[in-house]
Amino acid sequence: MSIAFVLVSALTIAGGLAAVLLKNLVHCALAVSVAFAGLAFLFLQLDAQFAGFAQILVYIGAVAILVVFAILLTRGAESPKGESVFSRAWQAGLAIAAAVFAVLGWAILQGAAELPANAATPQVTVNDIGHALMSRYVLPLEIVALLLTAALIGAVIVAMHEKERAK
Amino acid sequence: MATPLAGYLLVAALLFAIGLAGALTRRNAILVLIGIELMLNAANLNLIAFWRFGPHPEALTGFMFAIFSIAVAAAEAAVGLGLVVQIHRHARTTNVDEINRMKG
Amino acid sequence: MLEKADQLFVLLQHWVMGLVPAAWQTATGIVLAVVAIIAVYPTLFALAVLLERKGLGRMQNRYGPNRVGPFGLFQPVADGIKSLTKEDVVPFRADTLVHFLAPLVLVVAVFMGFAVLPMGRNMVLVDMDASLLFVFAMGASTELSVFMAGWSSRNKYSLLGAMRAVAQMISYEVPLLLSSVVIVMMTGSLSLEKMVEAQNHYSYGLPHWYVFTPWGLAGFVMFVIAAMAETNRSPFDLPEGESEIIAGYFTEYSGFKFALFFLGEYVGMFGISGLGVTLFLGGWTAPFAFLTWVPSWIWFFGKVMLWICFFIWVRGTLPRLRQDQLMNFAWKFMLPMTLLNLLVAAMWRFMGEGWLRWAVCTAVVVGAYVLMGRTGMRRGQIGPRSYRYAE
Repeated sequence: MSIAFVLVSALTIAGGLAAVLLKNLVHCALAVSVAFAGLAFLFLQLDAQFAGFAQILVYIGAVAILVVFAILLTRGAESPKGESVFSRAWQAGLAIAAAVFAVLGWAILQGAAELPANAATPQVTVNDIGHALMSRYVLPLEIVALLLTAALIGAVIVAMHEKERAK
Repeated sequence: MATPLAGYLLVAALLFAIGLAGALTRRNAILVLIGIELMLNAANLNLIAFWRFGPHPEALTGFMFAIFSIAVAAAEAAVGLGLVVQIHRHARTTNVDEINRMKG
Repeated sequence: MLEKADQLFVLLQHWVMGLVPAAWQTATGIVLAVVAIIAVYPTLFALAVLLERKGLGRMQNRYGPNRVGPFGLFQPVADGIKSLTKEDVVPFRADTLVHFLAPLVLVVAVFMGFAVLPMGRNMVLVDMDASLLFVFAMGASTELSVFMAGWSSRNKYSLLGAMRAVAQMISYEVPLLLSSVVIVMMTGSLSLEKMVEAQNHYSYGLPHWYVFTPWGLAGFVMFVIAAMAETNRSPFDLPEGESEIIAGYFTEYSGFKFALFFLGEYVGMFGISGLGVTLFLGGWTAPFAFLTWVPSWIWFFGKVMLWICFFIWVRGTLPRLRQDQLMNFAWKFMLPMTLLNLLVAAMWRFMGEGWLRWAVCTAVVVGAYVLMGRTGMRRGQIGPRSYRYAE
């Protein structure tokens, strides 16, 4: 394993852990954006430039910003004192997550010997991605476009609702 | 030194478990959404890793799956957070333990 | 000789690389290029600040800085020393770590964008396939740092400024991206290097810059407006409007951290104008065929500085917008216009050579502009309006 991989994955996992454990919601949002950035670096290490930059553009540029906006709009940053940030049934949730990780980890380690350790760098340019999107994957592309339009309109309607009632 | 596929898969599994734990244990609805985003991202890492180490990377299957998944996750975040804000306006709380009535 | 002047910096880099052992050569080359970028842009920043203060002073019928050195030329040096030696005040209630990280994240993200900008022939640090996407990805990460700065200060003005800034940057990022997509459609590539190459030929002594086409001109105008909004320049400087919210998200910053924010803002301006120059104004290519002997990097930096001068001119001319005007303009005028521009570019692409495509595309762009401008003005959404207190 390369040093860069170890460093970046440690950073990613630390960001993820911090996002789940920290008390202050804005800190959680910032920590999760560290995890997103780490994942983008991992994509770059996997020779998926386009996906890595798209990850930064979408997750850090849009999703993280949306999350902090939502936190400020719901006054989530100022959580009530003395109350736990974890749900009442946190033991069960933790147990399920641990079990899932145990099963996944066990499966990966069992099959590690058969997994490829090395592969030739794929020669994929942005041009190829564009051609693939316009030929083989054109239907999913159109569906995603429809979905995004629907989400845009839906978000606007959800946000507009209260305003009409206030009148 | 190249990193073997198993390394990426382990990182993705750990991240998925962290996201799942967050989604299941946190009280705040926004944190639940963050947990879900982490899980989606872990899945993306798996898809890209399998694409990279797979026999036909030029077919771009896993790569495209990840790209579409990023787009869908963005839509999901927008709608999900819009709903959380709306629930907050309505019920004055974002605690998922307290949002337990179907009746407005 | 002229060839050498054009490639001066590249040759210099190769010469230094030749001095070190072969194993270290690549690393040395990269370090040299990075150091050059980190040295050149702050120097330009000092120059631009001086230019701005002097120029604005002239526009407002005053002298501007004229005390330090001849004609006040050493004013930036004095400013730099002042901000370095000032006390760094952190508010008592501030979130220390986030407050500390915000300017660093901003400056790093802003400088990263230069890694892919072609600043002259063969003068690009990393020639990657998706460099345009990279620039936008780095631009998007600055938004988070602005939010970090505003939120961590625990000051209502800072928070308001940060929310304004983030909302504005997100809104104007959409037209910024869409107006550049036109160029991607025409070049068929996301690589900035290829975009410059595509504009680097001449007919009748005039260059084939994208700005000299109907869709290119429309895209260029949209890009300039969106770039002004992205960098929080006047008339879009609501996030830091001094008279309303003091200095916005960096109200609570002092000393060196404030200087970093200031630097980040100006270097971001250079970045976005460099991008605009590359996309629409032919990057490092010469404006006339008979001027191609002038070194390419002079053209690039000259165009960037011209762009900055334009920004200063606009700042000295236009008053600040209001928040609702800003948002209405982005979503009700810029977004439809850029979307229509995509359509126009596609039409241009498929209509083939000839005057017909010029006529049709120009008609569509101008028609849409007039129609939307009229409608917007009539509804009072984007046009001028009277103010109760200013009548």
